[in-house]
Amino acid sequence: MAANIPTNAPVHGTPTVPHVEHDEHLHHDEHHEQSFLTKYIFSQDHKVIAKQFLITGIFWAIMGGALSSLFRLQLGWPESTMSWLTPVLGKWVEAGKLNPEFYLALVTMHGTIMVFFVLTAGLSGTFSNFLIPLQVGARDMASGFMNMLSYWFFFISSIIMFSSIFIETGPASAGWTIYPPLSALPQAIPGSGAGMTLWLVSMALFIISQLLGGVNYITTVINLRTRGMSMGKLPLTIWSFFLTAILGLLAFPVLFSAALLLIFDRSFGTSFFLSDIYIAGQALNNTGGSPILFQHLFWFLGHPEVYIVIMPAMGMVSEILATNSRKPIFGYRAMIGSLIGISLLSFVVWAHHMFVTGMNPFLGSVFMFLTLIIAVPSGVKVFNWLATLWRGNIRFTTAMLFSIGFVSLFISGGLTGIILGNAALDIQMHNTYFVVAHFHLVMGSSAFFGLFAGVYHWFPKMFGRMLDEKLGYVHFWLTFIGVYLVFMPMHYVGIAGFPRRYYAWTGFDSFSQFADLNKFISAAAIFAFIGQFIFIFNFFYSIWRGRRATENPWNSNTLEWTTPVIPGHGNWPGAIPAVHRWPYDYSKPGAEKDFIPQNVPYSQTQSSNLPNERETAE
Amino acid sequence: MATTSTTQTLSSPSTQEQPRTGTWDGGNEPFKASYGKLMMWFFLLSDAFTFAAFLTTYGLMRHRHLAYTGTNEAFEFSTAYWPIPDKVFNSFPGLHGVNLPLAFVALMTMILIFSSVTMVLAVEAGHRMDKKDVQKWLLWTILFGATFVSCQAWEWSHFIGGTEKGTLMVDGTRFFGANLQRNEYGPVLFADLFFFITGFHGTHVFSGICLLVWSFIATTNGTFEKRGHYEMVEKIGLYWHFVDLVWVFVFTFFYLV
Repeated sequence: MAANIPTNAPVHGTPTVPHVEHDEHLHHDEHHEQSFLTKYIFSQDHKVIAKQFLITGIFWAIMGGALSSLFRLQLGWPESTMSWLTPVLGKWVEAGKLNPEFYLALVTMHGTIMVFFVLTAGLSGTFSNFLIPLQVGARDMASGFMNMLSYWFFFISSIIMFSSIFIETGPASAGWTIYPPLSALPQAIPGSGAGMTLWLVSMALFIISQLLGGVNYITTVINLRTRGMSMGKLPLTIWSFFLTAILGLLAFPVLFSAALLLIFDRSFGTSFFLSDIYIAGQALNNTGGSPILFQHLFWFLGHPEVYIVIMPAMGMVSEILATNSRKPIFGYRAMIGSLIGISLLSFVVWAHHMFVTGMNPFLGSVFMFLTLIIAVPSGVKVFNWLATLWRGNIRFTTAMLFSIGFVSLFISGGLTGIILGNAALDIQMHNTYFVVAHFHLVMGSSAFFGLFAGVYHWFPKMFGRMLDEKLGYVHFWLTFIGVYLVFMPMHYVGIAGFPRRYYAWTGFDSFSQFADLNKFISAAAIFAFIGQFIFIFNFFYSIWRGRRATENPWNSNTLEWTTPVIPGHGNWPGAIPAVHRWPYDYSKPGAEKDFIPQNVPYSQTQSSNLPNERETAE
Repeated sequence: MATTSTTQTLSSPSTQEQPRTGTWDGGNEPFKASYGKLMMWFFLLSDAFTFAAFLTTYGLMRHRHLAYTGTNEAFEFSTAYWPIPDKVFNSFPGLHGVNLPLAFVALMTMILIFSSVTMVLAVEAGHRMDKKDVQKWLLWTILFGATFVSCQAWEWSHFIGGTEKGTLMVDGTRFFGANLQRNEYGPVLFADLFFFITGFHGTHVFSGICLLVWSFIATTNGTFEKRGHYEMVEKIGLYWHFVDLVWVFVFTFFYLV
């Protein structure tokens, strides 16, 4: 480990020797023979680790999607018999009906899996790992060993979470937010027994994995940028991964605290979150604790978490939009500024998830004010994306379609965020499907679109082959239409007062009017879920059979496209390229081609240099 | 487009231009710290948030409970209000029945602070590549750290054992000492938080001692000497100072405020 400590020796290459060998932070560029085990399983190569995260993430996404299809069946066709599901669900189907407590478990696991295992680990884990060293110009992450540990902690965490689905009392059932006292008392619901314990153990390991990954990402961006790669020349992807890692580093430990306190409440009889509880006619001994405290601790993570999910998608979309519009990103510095703004604000708005907890209305209005300010940086970003597209020479690659889809979903979902950020409106809407529709559009589906865009765009660099475009188009349109068909009607039932978290709503006459829309939403959700298998097929088929990629298939400027088609461990066979310009020199007036990669010095582009750039070239 | 030829002619001598070489221009370490040290700093930042969450919990819980309003002399333990720390932590090993408020914990704190001083000396010796001195000061640090943990063990056992008088609980029984469910000194959360937060800190100190022992062995074997630097000692030192700093906060919250 410490043998890798960089030597400060030949850093700023002597001006006489061109492209002097860059300091070898890590001695990884030699292509030593590796066994299957060290090359594909316990690999310390960031690219392999990224693929491990991606494939594990895909597994979890199928799982999460399947669970949602199950509970959508219940919501769409509440009167039908489910006995045909007995082969899969076993005893959770009782007399043709889905067990109500299992319904809650399904929702809980869907949320946990999607938020943490797919959109945090699967998204940041994949692309931070893959792109940070390649785009900043490094041989690997700062510590390849810790990076490997990060994946394996995630893997063990995944195994534990997965196994919790199959235990007799069922998985955790208190919602992905695991509010006590429900989550703290095994007597309250079967899922708060062993299932909840496994959930907490799994999440503790997950947090360790995030920490190991996070310190690596941050350190790599700070210390391992190649010569010339100043912070102002970083691609926006790197900025977003960098800030995401910082958010994770500061937010996840607080969830760790909350989880640890909850473990003590559950297993060792403390009263941190419990007070004055009667359960099944029995008074519990616990006095003095506060369940609201848990919500504060949880949402101090929980709110930054939604930005941990969305910011990597924002960064990748910025990059893909610029590349495929053949235009510089509009407002590069404003994009960085708004990312920083969102990051800072994300830590001071958590209580807007808690307007209905009976909090002081004055405090509520403070959080409301801070929450609504987030509309400003978000608006800047949306404006810049649209302005990037404006009069661009757009290439509708699949990645581009998903990026445009991302912008669309982010706008649609973001607008309802302004509504829900208002305490007065939120109190009315909080327990309805309006909230569900809002966050599924703005962070769920958007982040998924960012993820898809990223996979379609960087697949050639990952596997040296292209994903099939036609299948990609079909996948995009099915997903895009599917998502809107699911979540648009969901806003309507929400505004009309249809409550979320209900297993059986047919007992209430006033809700029977929503039967048709619910059926429609369910059908659309299952349709969109099935559409994803086109992607799964495309992905695995193309790894082995896809069209072979060229070195730079999208004519992109960033450094990863200067590597060989399939980069080895160490990324560049020779010296690491130095960087001379920002990553968005697309369609620069006077240039030979419509893109100038970052490693091209100004002296080679006299025809397109701006007056101030000519000086630096001399 | 039309200027291809000029590009060609102009490029030949000056292609060798070098990128800028400012502090943040890449190709160097902007904080003049290796990646390992940076990682330790970021881990500590993260850990600070964990402790901050616990201490915030302490503050909120204390705020939720009534404070004792009577005179200091008339104070008696009761589950109705938060106790005065002077009255809870007033004993000293070997001095049974003597009222010495906070004397023992003050001693513990001094020992831990001394261990930070010896840690600094170990790091300094590492800069000088003085293997003998590194060993010496690491050993002192380990000794002080272990003493601190032992003192804490005594403090815990005394806290668990309780006073001879005990306190009449709400259910009419007399209870002595404290555990996670019952507490003679005050509300049950006082004991819960005491065990949890000092325990979490103690775990950190214990991990620190393990790291120190490991680095002592590595120093003795000459691992760092072969490596040419004692940076590992420095990184463990950062952790050790952080744990000491956290203790200052824990001490303030539990014993002083």
